[in-house]
Amino acid sequence: MLDTALWISLALIVAALAMNVVRLARGPDIPDRLLALDTMYVNCIALIVLLGLWLNTKVYFEAAILIAMLGFVSTMAICRYLLRGDIIE
Amino acid sequence: MAFYVFLEWLIGLLLIAGGLFAFVGSLGMLQFKDFFMRLHGPTKGTTLGIGCILMASMVYFSVVQPGLHVQELLITLFLFITAPVTGHMLAKTGLHMHLRYTRDTRGSPPELRDEDVGQGRVARPPRPRRPASEGQKRRWRLRR
Repeated sequence: MLDTALWISLALIVAALAMNVVRLARGPDIPDRLLALDTMYVNCIALIVLLGLWLNTKVYFEAAILIAMLGFVSTMAICRYLLRGDIIE
Repeated sequence: MAFYVFLEWLIGLLLIAGGLFAFVGSLGMLQFKDFFMRLHGPTKGTTLGIGCILMASMVYFSVVQPGLHVQELLITLFLFITAPVTGHMLAKTGLHMHLRYTRDTRGSPPELRDEDVGQGRVARPPRPRRPASEGQKRRWRLRR
């Protein structure tokens, strides 16, 4: 039961990642690619959590927290760079 | 015993719901027509999906291992706080870069043109748009 649910969830997340890669490759403008990267790191957090469920361990949660924080900060940095032409003024 | 069966069903349901929401968010980002529509899918759908998956993980580890495991709430809280901020900044970036949008995307806020850029310093000047092809025009029904 749980194995089936895990497989379905894994397949859906991997399909979502593939669609993000498609948008990242053909996004017409820079914000589109930035949005695709942002969604990709969120999906990667989901993938890491599913890996932790699969291996029945909690080692990977620190990695998930790190990816969450660094992804947010990097998205903010690129947004600021596109908005103001500078990150820290 | 029935309690554990119920918990198993709950975890499975949360996992599949989370995967579905993340999938739908990415599908919206792939399929919608302009940037401001595409912003909706990831900021709402994907955030809810990962919230569901983290809830499932929390319930699972609380059942399997001794003690209460609420570290996942940290990630959930962080993502739920940062997703609207990211969406706001991305929308501001899109408005600032004068991305083109379809006729169905309403509103053209003129107050964002000069004020939020700050002292008239423009990150990159509004570039000339390449003329859209006929098929693109038909598909997009461009406003400008």
